[in-house]
Amino acid sequence: MILALRALRTNKIRSILTMLGIIIGVASVILLVSIGTGLQAYVTQQFASLGSNKVFILPGKVDLKRVGGRPTTPVSKFELGDVTDIMRGSVVIKDVTPVVTQAGTITYQGEITRADIFGVWENYFAMGNFSADVGSVITQNDVERTRKVVVLGSKPAKDLFGDAEPVGKTVTIGDIRYQVKGVLVSKGGGGALGGDIDERIVIPFTTALRQFNQSRPFMMLVEASDQDAVVEAASDIRRTLLRRLKIDDFTVLEQKELLSTITQFLSVITIALGGIAAISLLVGGIGIMNIMLVSVTERTREIGLRKAVGATGRDILLQFLIESVIVSLVGGIIGILLGGAGSLALRSFVQTEVTLWSVFLASGFSALIGIVFGVAPAIRAARLDPIEALRYE
Amino acid sequence: MTSDVLRISHISKIYTMDGVEFTAVGDVSLSVKHGEYVAIMGPSGSGKSTLMHIIGCLDRPTAGRVEIVGQDISHASDHVLARIRNTSIGFVFQQFNLLRRTSAIANVELPLVYRGIGGGERRSIAEKILRQVGLGDKLNNFPSQLSGGQQQRVAIARALVTDPQILLADEPTGNLDSKSGTEILELFEGLHKNGRTIILVTHDADVARQARRIVRIADGKIVEDKKVGRP
Repeated sequence: MILALRALRTNKIRSILTMLGIIIGVASVILLVSIGTGLQAYVTQQFASLGSNKVFILPGKVDLKRVGGRPTTPVSKFELGDVTDIMRGSVVIKDVTPVVTQAGTITYQGEITRADIFGVWENYFAMGNFSADVGSVITQNDVERTRKVVVLGSKPAKDLFGDAEPVGKTVTIGDIRYQVKGVLVSKGGGGALGGDIDERIVIPFTTALRQFNQSRPFMMLVEASDQDAVVEAASDIRRTLLRRLKIDDFTVLEQKELLSTITQFLSVITIALGGIAAISLLVGGIGIMNIMLVSVTERTREIGLRKAVGATGRDILLQFLIESVIVSLVGGIIGILLGGAGSLALRSFVQTEVTLWSVFLASGFSALIGIVFGVAPAIRAARLDPIEALRYE
Repeated sequence: MTSDVLRISHISKIYTMDGVEFTAVGDVSLSVKHGEYVAIMGPSGSGKSTLMHIIGCLDRPTAGRVEIVGQDISHASDHVLARIRNTSIGFVFQQFNLLRRTSAIANVELPLVYRGIGGGERRSIAEKILRQVGLGDKLNNFPSQLSGGQQQRVAIARALVTDPQILLADEPTGNLDSKSGTEILELFEGLHKNGRTIILVTHDADVARQARRIVRIADGKIVEDKKVGRP
């Protein structure tokens, strides 16, 4: 053990360079896997914040196999009457809201920001668990009277008002003036389908129809009575809508279904990323073997001498094995720290998550590499004939 | 009564190279008593190196019996040979064979490492021996910072650090200038006077003359074995 450490110390640069291969390998495994799992966690969180008892009814045909790709310019054939039909058509549906949505520009005293504008009924807030941080949310009264009021997500609120108080101020959407009614509590990146609630602005459904010059709901958001009732609710919705519409006119999306498709896709990406990184770890291991083989050749005389003064083959084997294990283990530990630090640093750009299994995998793998790629050179060293070794120039 | 530290009876060593047998040493018998100072002499290719390797437990004879301090090693395992090398034999080589990037004292400590002696004790033993060979002020120097003669002294200290029954030196002055060579031989003389058994392998008659007994080898056989007086 001491001998191995001493040998490593006398060849500092070489040891460090060898280690570098392992360091990079382990760090990239950890980093890439952390990005992959972070992505998965992010998506799951997005969905969870809306609750998994939600069902979306979108216009047109949405193919689940093409996740993320929105249907190309879907034309909504929904009518407001569908909302009440759906509500009546099932016992497991708790609530329904029609939604119209469009991206738009919103200005306040020269400050401009773009946001997704959602026109909804007042029940939207309860369904999505959205509540007002300051002020209040849209009420039934606002919807019925087509009031020009707006509830801001935390991001547009900050963009327009900074630290100033937004409630009661007048903002302009398109060329129509709205009064700010409240600001929503930030969910820190919650919500799915249609983006992040923090980046939305919400206005009454009736006002939105007028604002966008439309007469139909673009989509509908349904809340089932609980998670287990989602499938039943979805089939009830289909049955209700098929009485009036064709099968291609709408798509009923269950969150769970969507979520599992996305996470499946993401876990494949995670594994692929990890696999690519593992290859660099393997290359690092071969680097160790290469260096150790060179080292055995270079130190042939030393090995001969050690044997002459009483080292057994086992002593020599252990020395070289421990050398390579130390290199790969220390490299592994540094790699873990570096990968962890890297994923922390990346956190400001993408969500990352260092998982225990990737740490264990990487450190176990690096130790294994030390042994596997260290064994061949070590055996070679141990088997050297001392007479030949001492004669070696 | 002095006992034999080395007893070789009728050993031979035959190498087979490309199917052709080659006898390096044939039917050699030799005994060395405790405290003797023996020179094994012969030209290169005479088999003296093979004999030395066998005495030094680095090699086994093809036939015959070798006893080191009463222990038969003719058929001993590698592991046992390694232990005997560690405890009973001290090697001194022509090329010193010091670990280059290791300090003098660490070089001397090396055999004790394989004996499993702890760091502190190792250091104090090694320091004592280095003082004995006159290098008390060079403990932490690296071999490259020492002269050839000093390097050989470190090597001798390393050979002596385990207090071996036999000090086995292979052309110890071969790589040294005559002044350093003389100093090394003087060191051997002192060790001999203190009762150390020394076997010196050389082709140099002047060096061999320092010993008390000269064994001449030619073509794998002992051709002369005579006691000599101190010149």
